Amino acid sequence: MPPPCTRCQSERAVIVRPKNYDKLCKTCFLEVFEAEVHKTITTNALFYPGERVAIGASGGKDSTVLASVLKTLNTRHGYGLDLILLSIDEGITGYRDHSLETVKRNAVQYDLPLKVLSYTELYGWTMDQVVEQVGKKGNCTYCGVFRRQALDRGAASLGVRHVVTGHNADDVAETVLMNLLRGDLPRLSRTASIVTSTPSSAQTDIKRSKPLKYAYEKEIVLYAHHKNLDYFSTECIYSPEAFRGSARTLVKDLERVRPSSILDIVRSGEDMATLVPASVAPKAASGRESRYGGENVSVVYDLDEGTGGCGSANGRDSGGEMARMEHQLRTDQNAATHGLETEVTMASLGTPTSGSSIAVGVRPSHVQMKKANGKGLRQQTAGACERCGYISSQAVCKACVLLEGLNKNRPKASIGIEKTNDSETLDKGLAKVTLAEKKRQQVAQTEL
Amino acid sequence: MAEKTKTNKEDFIPLTVEFSGGLEMLFSNQKKHDVSIPARDESGNSSNIAFLVRYLCDNLMKDPKKEFFIQDNTVRPGILVLINDADWQLEGEDEYEVKKGDNILFVSTLHGG
Ligand SMILES: [Zn+2]
Ligand SMILES: [Zn+2]
Repeated sequence: MPPPCTRCQSERAVIVRPKNYDKLCKTCFLEVFEAEVHKTITTNALFYPGERVAIGASGGKDSTVLASVLKTLNTRHGYGLDLILLSIDEGITGYRDHSLETVKRNAVQYDLPLKVLSYTELYGWTMDQVVEQVGKKGNCTYCGVFRRQALDRGAASLGVRHVVTGHNADDVAETVLMNLLRGDLPRLSRTASIVTSTPSSAQTDIKRSKPLKYAYEKEIVLYAHHKNLDYFSTECIYSPEAFRGSARTLVKDLERVRPSSILDIVRSGEDMATLVPASVAPKAASGRESRYGGENVSVVYDLDEGTGGCGSANGRDSGGEMARMEHQLRTDQNAATHGLETEVTMASLGTPTSGSSIAVGVRPSHVQMKKANGKGLRQQTAGACERCGYISSQAVCKACVLLEGLNKNRPKASIGIEKTNDSETLDKGLAKVTLAEKKRQQVAQTEL
Repeated sequence: MAEKTKTNKEDFIPLTVEFSGGLEMLFSNQKKHDVSIPARDESGNSSNIAFLVRYLCDNLMKDPKKEFFIQDNTVRPGILVLINDADWQLEGEDEYEVKKGDNILFVSTLHGG
């Protein structure tokens, strides 16, 4: 028989907590879990009274637990939040239609309003139609890019300025590791930040936060289990290689050896983020920050356009990231070999040796090449897509680029955003590496 | 490794195994299975969770993607195991010796959030 609960000393323990090995009974575990999410919310001043908050709801475990806990805490602690479930229907038969049923049940169970926004409304294409056109290979790119914007666009259409997502500690640890491996400090700092901001148009900026950032996936799953929450679990049918050779696997292997390593990675990510110079970490423009949260919160601009692929915007990466990264590195290597421009951008660090710039490069050879070329290192700048107004570091955002390619081959599709003439694509997360136009087109052709 | 020579009732342990969090897809899309497993493992020791997992792989799982369930001869990291609704870490993890009527639940945390 399991030992008694270390908190109440009476009930039978049902869980060993990964963060501190406490053995808790069901009641104590549920209480402690909720109390910790409450603490995350209050110490980071995530909400203000009366705020309208959209919960990005996929029907999966993370967003289902998030919805349940937020509803509970909103009532218990009188946050005064106006909560709404926001769900994106990608149009994937046999996958999203099933998970949407779960979200619809959740709306009833938690007595929350639900808004479902479809890809057809947003982009004029369902994922099924995209796959029909481009084939299964490479469709995760579409899924990731489209999904990344969809929640923000959905929130904007509802007049809601704050979207909460179910990202948990394991997700954050995974992306911290990925960005560490890529040497992508700006993105690492965004990942580690509990609040990010993605202006979806010049007027509207959408705040995003992750109230479950410090919650272990194990505890989220067990919370759902012990509370009998109704969630949907299946892999996106368009990502059959899911979690094979992924950073996810690495995180889970580390957890098996030493459970606390997950939160340790999260904290390391936060500490490393503080080392990222402000000029590189795309902070919100001055004046914007003060609108949100308390003193502890720094809002970070999120320029990520969702190249992580399928699912990454909704709670996790789909796996295969490492493989994609290797592929990207090889592509860059080839580009360098063939003399195509590969630009490493990085602002100078405000170190004692001021004046000198430190390149956090992809490989030393690139840095050498840069210096030889005498090109300056530039920071990523937050502009708006000239087609749709969505935030983008490029003139035309990735969604518009992808849509252009799709619409070319199906001219009748014209709902939503259309016609672009750029073909920038798929930097696969190497945010600082901008590829020359010529090469972009090559990559676009090989990868799509 | 299923039946050896004699198949007395005492040589088998009846239990219930459940799969959720997406794992059920590897087991004929069925969440709950009543199974009987040999009381002794390959080396004659009392059957434990590690043996149960190997046994399920060989006898219950029709899906060829064994590596989504088993790794290094035990439960793949990222899959939670509940023994009679308690975290397996409270029970000695994969060395827990299964008993008649036990309910063993495997929950994947690896599937979409
Ligand atoms: Zn207790
Ligand atoms: Zn655009």
